[in-house]
Amino acid sequence: MKTSAQKREFSLNVNGVPRNIRAYPAERLLDVLRYLGLTGTKEGCGEGECGACSVLVDGRLVVSCLMPVAQAEGAKLLTIEGVTGNQRFRSLQETFAEGGGAQCGICTPGMILAGGHLLERNPAPTIEEIREALSGNLCRCTGYLQIFEAVAEAARRCAGT
Amino acid sequence: MRSNPAEFEWAAPATLEEAVKVLAGDPDAWLPIAGGTDLMVQFAAGTLERRRFLNIWNLGELRRIDGFPGELQVGAGSTYTDLRENDIITREFPLLGRTASWTGGIANQNRGTLGGNVANASPAADSLPALMVYGADLILTSTRGDRRVRYEDFHTGYKRMNLAPDELIRTICLPRRFSGYISYARKIGTRKAQAIAKVCIAAVGRLAKDSTQLMLEDVRIAVGSVAPVPLRLRNAEQLLNRRPLDEARVELACKAAAAEIQPISDLRSTAKYRAQIVNNLVREFLDTLAARERER
Amino acid sequence: MMSHSLKSNLGEKIVGKPTPRKEGPGKVTGEARYIDDLSFPDMLYGATVRSQIARGMLKKITFRPDVPWSEFVVVSVPDIPGKNYIALIENDQPCLAEKVVNHPEEPILLLAHPDRYMLPNAVAAVSIEYEPLPALFSIEESERKSEIIWGQDNVFKSYQIEKGDVDAIWAKADYIVEGEYSTGAQEQLYIETQGVIATYDCEQGVTVWGSMQCPYYVHKALMVVCDLPEDKVRVVQTETGGAFGGKEEYPSMIAAHAALLARKSGRPVKIVYDRAEDMAATTKRHPSRTRHRTALTKDGKILGGEIEFVIDGGAYQTLSPVVLSRGTIHAGGPYHWPAVRIIAKALATNAPPHGAFRGFGAPQSLFAMERHMDRIARTVKVSPAEIRRRNFLKPGQTTITEQTISEPIDLEKLLDRALVLSDYESKKSRFRQQGKNGKRKGGLGIAAFLHGAGFTGSGERYLSSVVGIEGQPNGGVRVLVSSTEFGQGTNTVLCQIAAEALGLEYGDVAIAQPDTAQVPNSGPTVASRTAMVVGKLLESAALGLKQTLIRAGMLGEPYAAEEFRCACRAYMERYGELRSLARYEQPDGIHWDDQKYRGAAYAAFAWAVYVAEVSVDLTAYSVSVDDFVALQEVGRVINPVLARGQVLGGVAQGIGFALYEKVEWRHGRMQNSQMTNYIVPTSADVPPIRVYFEEIANQHGAFGAKGIGELPMDGPAPAIVNAVEDALGIPFNSIPLMPEEICEALTAAAGPPSAGHSFSGVR
Ligand SMILES: Cc1cc2nc3c(=O)[nH]c(=O)nc-3n(C[C@H](O)[C@H](O)[C@H](O)COP(=O)(O)OP(=O)(O)OC[C@H]3O[C@@H](n4cnc5c(N)ncnc54)[C@H](O)[C@@H]3O)c2cc1C
Ligand code: FES
Ligand code: FES
Repeated sequence: MKTSAQKREFSLNVNGVPRNIRAYPAERLLDVLRYLGLTGTKEGCGEGECGACSVLVDGRLVVSCLMPVAQAEGAKLLTIEGVTGNQRFRSLQETFAEGGGAQCGICTPGMILAGGHLLERNPAPTIEEIREALSGNLCRCTGYLQIFEAVAEAARRCAGT
Repeated sequence: MRSNPAEFEWAAPATLEEAVKVLAGDPDAWLPIAGGTDLMVQFAAGTLERRRFLNIWNLGELRRIDGFPGELQVGAGSTYTDLRENDIITREFPLLGRTASWTGGIANQNRGTLGGNVANASPAADSLPALMVYGADLILTSTRGDRRVRYEDFHTGYKRMNLAPDELIRTICLPRRFSGYISYARKIGTRKAQAIAKVCIAAVGRLAKDSTQLMLEDVRIAVGSVAPVPLRLRNAEQLLNRRPLDEARVELACKAAAAEIQPISDLRSTAKYRAQIVNNLVREFLDTLAARERER
Repeated sequence: MMSHSLKSNLGEKIVGKPTPRKEGPGKVTGEARYIDDLSFPDMLYGATVRSQIARGMLKKITFRPDVPWSEFVVVSVPDIPGKNYIALIENDQPCLAEKVVNHPEEPILLLAHPDRYMLPNAVAAVSIEYEPLPALFSIEESERKSEIIWGQDNVFKSYQIEKGDVDAIWAKADYIVEGEYSTGAQEQLYIETQGVIATYDCEQGVTVWGSMQCPYYVHKALMVVCDLPEDKVRVVQTETGGAFGGKEEYPSMIAAHAALLARKSGRPVKIVYDRAEDMAATTKRHPSRTRHRTALTKDGKILGGEIEFVIDGGAYQTLSPVVLSRGTIHAGGPYHWPAVRIIAKALATNAPPHGAFRGFGAPQSLFAMERHMDRIARTVKVSPAEIRRRNFLKPGQTTITEQTISEPIDLEKLLDRALVLSDYESKKSRFRQQGKNGKRKGGLGIAAFLHGAGFTGSGERYLSSVVGIEGQPNGGVRVLVSSTEFGQGTNTVLCQIAAEALGLEYGDVAIAQPDTAQVPNSGPTVASRTAMVVGKLLESAALGLKQTLIRAGMLGEPYAAEEFRCACRAYMERYGELRSLARYEQPDGIHWDDQKYRGAAYAAFAWAVYVAEVSVDLTAYSVSVDDFVALQEVGRVINPVLARGQVLGGVAQGIGFALYEKVEWRHGRMQNSQMTNYIVPTSADVPPIRVYFEEIANQHGAFGAKGIGELPMDGPAPAIVNAVEDALGIPFNSIPLMPEEICEALTAAAGPPSAGHSFSGVR
């Protein structure tokens, strides 16, 4: 069956800025963000497995490759480009950059979003809790341990200890 | 990304009532989409045949969890995170909370829905054995009205189910009668997290003191990934119920289980392995029951 | 174990310190631009039509009429202006298949369109008729030669190493131990898939930006395919999201494709593979089979032996000769072989060509060696630690290629320390006491190994790399190399070396984006050569820069950083440019005979002893790595955080190689080309890996550095499988070791079905 859709206007709030964008409803949120120039959200698999495309939608961690833009209509989106206003995320950016949390860096934006999503809910996670929270984000470079350390260190900094 | 989004229509009804109306308009053309964690994978792979999405994500009527005295009603649009965060589920239906916790990573749990898991009907789906052992019912809805069906009879064959093309799953109903049961669930996956099950199991049961000895009561075991549909191990259960728990019983139950399953070899595992794992997990469950009893 | 030369270097201010990653800030803010993050005005998107069969003649190509073909650019063989091959060693791999296809997913046609969403449909709408030919899918099938699919005998390359009189040892042996070991294909699974953008114009020629390890390999390949002179080809590496060898040779192919589409369309063309295409079509680690036959004295000393090492190269030769070479030279492990014969072959099959992947043949042959050592230990009835101790290479002895070990390495001490760090003895006795009926069984496994740093033999001499450094208007300097950063730390480590050599601050040193129009050819970024070879050259280039300033009378020694900056600024104001280049020269005393495969194979070796602790779940038959000690001697550690990161990442990939990562082949095609089915370790699957270094300064490397990138890939798999044998008493000699095989072995041993889980009843 041949069907065709029209591009439509969607209003999204991206990193605190209201934006109206034209897109096909079924376009992946990932692609739409990247067309907006927000290329910090990466595609690693397009099948929900790697977490490189993670963003927050209304505060919840979501893989943007599996979300049609129409489902994000009206939602508040947070991408790596918009995190600097938040102390938890800023600390994560620092600790990832100072230690070995980022090697090739392609998984890093997703890791930072997943890490921040965790710290919002659990400000002092154990290593086991960090492991679980990041288990949807694949990293092929680091073997993860320096990522866990970066998240734990960011948590300490935010707690001021 | 192997689909062309320009070829996909989108309808976004504001209410469930509207949604079933749209669906009734051309039931074979519309594809209800909830969290998209199954459908969008197929979209990316370019394997979807239908080209009209009917959005049911976040429909208020589907995304609620209501506790009634005898029954918990879980809206089909509830996400795994919703399940994990619900107190009644944590307390009374721990299997559902646990299987939710290992259904993909956190991002997947924020989007994947229980209704989607049921309707996607993968034999490897993680929550379905839990729904079976809890004796769930489903409320299905359409413009023709609602009907209530037993979940255990819902799947009729590989990816076939007792759901008319114009129906949506509205609610998953769980009888609140399992407090005091010992529960057991395990997933044998391809790795420790973000894995698809090679075999998964959920089971509950009780041990009650007869006049002289300990007897098994109301043992319920269901397994996934070892048949075209999630499977309740009825014969094995029958051999166990109202019987003392001893090695001979365990042996019999495992034999019965082996005869009930129809495992296959595929990309993820072998039939032989799956059969052996079912045997081991049934034993581990019964061992858990015994161990709990010893602890008392 | 710190040597004198190292101690005297400890006054260093920047080398040896955990300076933060140079490009780190861009990576954590999302500002770093990878290839798919770039787009050009008027850009088209390219896609590849590939072979559906393993081997056959191309008969007919039809374009289904429901696609608006006039909107597409279509490139086929006649559109190639130059030669139809991807330049590498033998140049046997076509850029586009012409009359025959030799493997599934072989590129046949290229398409481009302004709307990327239009491409998948169009690719599917090109139908190709073939006349299938019989194909070969395994080492064994290729050996049998029922079909000749490459050259005269299906053999891409063979080597033979002979040391001592092997034929004489068998009569003297108290034990002869034989074994066969095999390893599977492994996908690099960098998280950023392969991608490039190409532009073409008549005057400037072709420019390609992309994700790659070796810009000058791509440069050479483009000159051939596009028939352009050197100065009309420009290649720029963009931020690269992981490579692990997988972006060594393949980028030449995708770059050539994009260049052809750009040439025909006159517009920029981007090709970025999706995950499924990347996994199915690009290179993987060579599957291997190794046979050992070893003669030993009664106390387990190696008298000598024969090793046969065979790898499956896939359909074209590509890099197989070099992968085979490294695998061959590492086949004897870190042991002293008085006599040895190694026969090595790379064979053709009808799978996509296998290629570079971290370790480059060594993880394969070392898996065999280290499994075989455990087999020897059991035969001779000494412990795995003791059998290794008795056979370790010592300074003054020679390797299998008769290279004399001149560094003061003490492998026994390395082993002792690893045993202490891993609490080996007490864990071992705890495991011995665990009952027959537990739900899990624990075990410990050791792997001792070495890894040669830099190109093999005369490789570095042929490469003749050039490294540059130049002054900056602000008084700082900029490193000029084609060595690429893809996560392993090139940028940071080279900037540290330059800063140290010049007495500058780390922040005074920048590094140029690798761009063949801007930087000299410092050789490919492979073979763990960057810190050692390129770093050393950079050190001399930096010294040259300093000398220039001193000779110009603008700088005197000793100086403070600010004085250097002033001098640099003054020099540049006066002369416009301050630049220094250094070219590789083979150090004296390094001789290699390519015919006999004898001599100094590597300028330096890194050494390691790894200990894995595993437990096997007897309900699920799965292996969990519970603790891992990685102890290595890698020369001077230039940056401890990055070095540890290399080891952690390598060990995690090694765990995958051993236990999870299985390519499911069907008629030469990968069946599980999705992340959901090709299983790599997640954050839940890695143990607390404990990393330790010994440092012996290496005279050939910058500030004593050796290579580190590949080493950690070599040891985990044998250590883990040795530990599984320790736990279960069952030898497994093939990886990946899947739960299904453990299940098979355990239930065969115990009889079904009650095995595996014992019921303890209610009491
Ligand atoms: C990375 C990843 C990991 C995963 N891991 C697991 C795992 O560990 N275990 C597991 O079981 N699954 C797993 N899944 C699969 C998936 O997340 C689940 O099956 C999920 O429950 C699907 O729900 P959804 O809302 O996303 O479904 P959708 O993709 O929106 O829909 C799936 C199907 O259900 C239909 N449907 C949805 N809701 C309804 C309704 N109310 N009425 C009628 N039909 C409906 C749709 O039409 C479609 O056919 C994973 C998926 C991904 C991407
Ligand atoms: S790209 Fe979305 S999860 Fe991998
Ligand atoms: S840093 Fe490269 S994938 Fe994580």
